[in-house]
This record gives sequence, C-alpha cells and structure tokens, in this order.
Amino acid sequence: MRFRFKEHYDQDIRLFADLADGLRYGSLLLGAVLLPFVLDDFLLGEATSVVIWAIAGMGLMLLTGHAGQVSLGHAAFLALGCYVNAILMNSFGLPFPLAFLLAGVISGLCGVAVAIPALRLHGLYLAIATLALSMLTEDIIVLAEPWTGGVIGLTAPTPEIAGLVIDRYAAPDLFYWLCLGVAVLVTLGYRNLLRSPLGRAFIAIRDSEISAQAAGISLARTKAAAFGLSCMVTGWAGALMGHFFYSFNHEVFTIILSIQLLLMIVIGGLGSIHGAWYGAVIVGLIPQAINLVRDAVGTVAVPGLETSLFSVLIVLFVLYEPHGLHGRLTKWKVWLDLFPFCRRDMFRRQKSYLRTERFR
Amino acid sequence: MEILQLTVSGLANGCIYGLIALGFVLIYKATEQVNFAQGDMMMLGAFLAVGLGNADWLGMPFLVACAGAVAGMAAVGWSMERLVLRRIFGQSQVTVVILTIALGFVLRFVAGLVWGHEPLSLENPLAGSNARFAGLVLGLDEVAVIVVTLLLTGLLFVFFNRSRLGIAMQASSQNQLAAYYMGIPVRRIHGLTWALAGAIAAIAGILFATKGSIDPSAGLLGIKAFAAAVIGGFGSLPGALLGGLLVGLSEPFAARFIAAGYSQIIPYALLIVVLLLRPQGLFSQVMGKKV
Repeated sequence: MRFRFKEHYDQDIRLFADLADGLRYGSLLLGAVLLPFVLDDFLLGEATSVVIWAIAGMGLMLLTGHAGQVSLGHAAFLALGCYVNAILMNSFGLPFPLAFLLAGVISGLCGVAVAIPALRLHGLYLAIATLALSMLTEDIIVLAEPWTGGVIGLTAPTPEIAGLVIDRYAAPDLFYWLCLGVAVLVTLGYRNLLRSPLGRAFIAIRDSEISAQAAGISLARTKAAAFGLSCMVTGWAGALMGHFFYSFNHEVFTIILSIQLLLMIVIGGLGSIHGAWYGAVIVGLIPQAINLVRDAVGTVAVPGLETSLFSVLIVLFVLYEPHGLHGRLTKWKVWLDLFPFCRRDMFRRQKSYLRTERFR
Repeated sequence: MEILQLTVSGLANGCIYGLIALGFVLIYKATEQVNFAQGDMMMLGAFLAVGLGNADWLGMPFLVACAGAVAGMAAVGWSMERLVLRRIFGQSQVTVVILTIALGFVLRFVAGLVWGHEPLSLENPLAGSNARFAGLVLGLDEVAVIVVTLLLTGLLFVFFNRSRLGIAMQASSQNQLAAYYMGIPVRRIHGLTWALAGAIAAIAGILFATKGSIDPSAGLLGIKAFAAAVIGGFGSLPGALLGGLLVGLSEPFAARFIAAGYSQIIPYALLIVVLLLRPQGLFSQVMGKKV
C-alpha cells in the first residue's frame, strides 16, 4: 500500500516518478553496463542482439504503439539503414560515426517520403501498403546490384570511433557497449519525445484522429513526423545489425523480419517503451530456452520450432493479456500498490462491436 | 502463339491467386476480419489431400481424398474461429491481423512436422494429360483450375447476393450490433464463414498441388493473393478473381518481356499503384453513408 500525492504539475512529466524509480532504472543501467564482465563471448553476442532488437522495436513502437500507424514493412527500413551505412563506409570512405548518423537520417527521410502517399491510407490499408513495401525490399536489393552486391551481399567494415577499433569478434564487449550506448540515447530521446507536444500529438492521433484534429493537430505533419522518427531509429538499428551480422544479403531482410518485429512489440506491450525492451528480451531468450530444453530432453532439432513457439506466445498474449508483458507487470504493480483495495474488474475491457469501414 | 501460351499459364496461376483471394474476401465480407492465415490454410488443405490420397500415405481414391480435405479444412476453419477468434470478437482489425499471422506460423509448423519440408505433389488422374486446342497445348490440370475457379466465384457471388444466409453475413459485417438487433446470430455466422473459407482454401490447395508441388512455406503465396484481393477491391468477390487474374497474368509477361527478376516485383508494384490511385480497389466496396 502506497500513496503518491500529486503536489506539482511537473510530477506528470518528470523523467522518473520518484527517487526509488530513478534508482531502479539507474541500477538496471549499471547492471547492463557491467554485463560484459559476467558473460562469455557467446552470451554477450546474444545480449548485443537483444539490445539491437530493442532499438528496432523502439523504432516500430513509436509508429505503431504511440502514433497508431501499423507497419508491416519495417524490415525495409532496417535494410535501408544497414545498406546505407555499409555503402557510405565502403564506397565513400566516411568514418563510422558520420556514416551511422547519415544512415539513420536517410532512412528517416525515406520514411517521410513513404508517409506522404501513405497519409491517404489508414488502419488496414496502411498495413497492406507497408506489407507490399516489405515484399519489394528483397527484390529491389537483388536488382540494385551495383550498390548492394545483389545476391552475394555486402560486408560491413569494422567501425572505428576516435582511433578505437570496435571489432565485433575481437572486441565483443566494445561492440556491446556501442549498441548499449545507442540504445540508451534512443530510449532517453524517446522518453523525452513523449513528454513533448509532438509526442502527445502522436498519442492523440492514435486514440482518435477526429478529436486530434479538433484539438488543432495537423494530421499530415504529425504522421509524417512519426514515420520519419520511427524510420530513423529503425535505420540506426539496421546499421548496427549490419555490423553485428558482419556480412549480409537480401535474405536477411524478409517479410518475416517485419512480422517478427511487429509481433515482438505486441508481446512486449503496445504503447510503452518498456514493451519494446521486454519484447526484445523475449525474442532473445526463446532460442536459449529451447536450447536448454533440448539439452535436458535430448531430442533432435525441429525446424521452425522457435517461430511457432513465438507465435503460440502471441496468440496467448492477444487472447489473455492484450497489453502485453508490460501490461501484465503494470497490473501486478498496481495490485501491490493498492493492496488490499485492488478490485477484480479494475482493468476490465469494455465490450465493443465492430462496424465496417466500407461505409463512410 | 507464345503470347497465348503465356496467357493461359498466367490465367491458371491467376485463378489460384483468385481462389485464395476469394477466401480472404469471404471472411472480410462476412466478418470484417482479415485472415492472414488464408495462404497457410490453403497449404494445409493441399497437405490434407496429399495425406489422404497419395499412395505413400493413406492411398484413398482421388475424389474421396479431395472431399476429405475439404471437410477437414472446413473443420479447421470453424475451430480456429470457435477457439481463438471468437475470444477477440468485436476488437479492431489490426488485432485480428496479428493473431492470424501468428496462427499461420503455427499451421506452417504443424504441416512441416507431419509432412516434412520436402516438396510433395498430389497424385491425380489429370496429371500429364493435355488438351490440344487450335494449336495450343493446354494441360488438363490448368483447364480444371480455370473451370473450378469460375464456377466457385459464380456460386459464391449468387450465394452472397441472393441467399438469406449470404445477406445475413453481409449484415453482420457491416454493423455487428445492428445485426444482433435484427436477430442475426452473429457469432454462429462467423463460425460458418470461417468453415466456408477453410473449404475454399482446401479447394485452392488441391488445385495448386495438382498443378505443381507443395511445401510448408507455400503459404507465403497468400501474401501475393492478398495483394490480388486488394487490387480487386477488398470485399468484392468478382474483384478478387479479377485481381488474381491481373496478378497471375502480369507475372509471366513481366518475366518474358522485362527481365526474370521483375516478375516478383510486379504484383506488389501493381498493389502500391492501386492503393495510391484508388485505395478502395478496382471494384470499389466503399459506399457513402445515406443520412
């Protein structure tokens, strides 16, 4: 049982709700920074992949979770960031920090370019258009052979910041810290964005386009901004992914990747930064869990087990906990905070009925 | 002559896309849900037919195997609705999209587990026999595909526009609450629709497997069929067929006259163009509300 009195308007938008909250996140960050001293190289690689997935997840979460625009095509922007970063470093000889920044900015600009025609579409049709984008990516990469190396693909050069060589294999801890640094900056930026008028405009658009318009929000500009920012972050995740995989080709960026990214943030919990992180951890943990079970039981590998386990998880979450892992944890927290006054129907969903979108 | 030959093979492929698209449209038209697992249901239907009919498996006669597959898939469709989708009744379309994508992955996994990941072909009496027609060589399987698709589209069209059940289905998608008030058992109608869509998926799968071979990832074809449904105007049965035919025809011609790599791109490029110029599709189902 705990009371939290609101004494100041700033309390609503403070980065951390109170000292305990700040300490919790601080110690979490400290733990994440110290991880390379505890884990071996293989597990550290897995942790790095979780961090990169979290960045990509935050990119999509901004668009889908906060601005309410469902995208089934974010693999396209992962690919864009990945290839732009590698091409800028390989062919133009740009240093890593500059190429990395530009990769994000170019992806973001492409996101805005996609958003402008996509403004006419909403809901289901937007998802379809982005799905088509995702299907096209693979083929365009193959066709644009002079830049992308076609079927053979590219290799990402070793990043170097101010003389410090960050080799993914020779110095996995440095690469992990690089990804973690980017992830922390993105998280802070995301958190700050949500406190700004633009961030609140995103949420307003998600909840009701009509009332957002009535409140003086420009739909076109806000949606374009959502696409741009989301694709920028996704592009950065793609660039890091390129360095993580070292060599990559069109087969990495399939529609399955887009779908997995979307499913990941649904498991984590749509509409929260936490959700992107939880989802990334789940995606990272599933293969490890399967390995553990396999070692214990001793069965042979079953192809596709990972994806199908993941899918079963999704089905269970959509049916029983639509707000994802974050929603479940929040509910437990509220129950603890209010103990013993929490009531069963506190989070009950209102019954809703669907109407067609074909009659307008 | 070459153009005619390309046209016929394009038509046959297009009919398969059209059939899968019919499944999409059927569910959309009757329940306002979008079933991304339709392609995987087609794949499962084909595998059911293979499992019942092929000599290596149960070895039943061809027609019995087909009937079994259709009935089996109708049961699968019905139980998917009953066990999973009914629980999120009335929620937004995007939730259904996510759920059906996940269900599709599960179906693919099950098929891979039972039938393996090697491509299999359905043994059938039509295989290998050709019909010669004015200098054209037509595979009988291709002819069968075209005939069955046309028949099925016509039947469904009449069913939706003339029969009591069809009209109830349309009503329950347009406004669930109002349909309840009119005494329509909306949930039961949803179940029936999913069973029907499963049966159509099985037919599409059987035709697909007689024409070529089938493996668990064949369900990805559903995405192309989905493009076809949207091009035709989501919610229109003749539109689905037309979209399917357009996609099917565009592929061999693009491969022949542009370059081989472009045949994969054309359907989606077509989709994006249609979405931008005419988001409601060729056969528009979007109507203004009468006040």
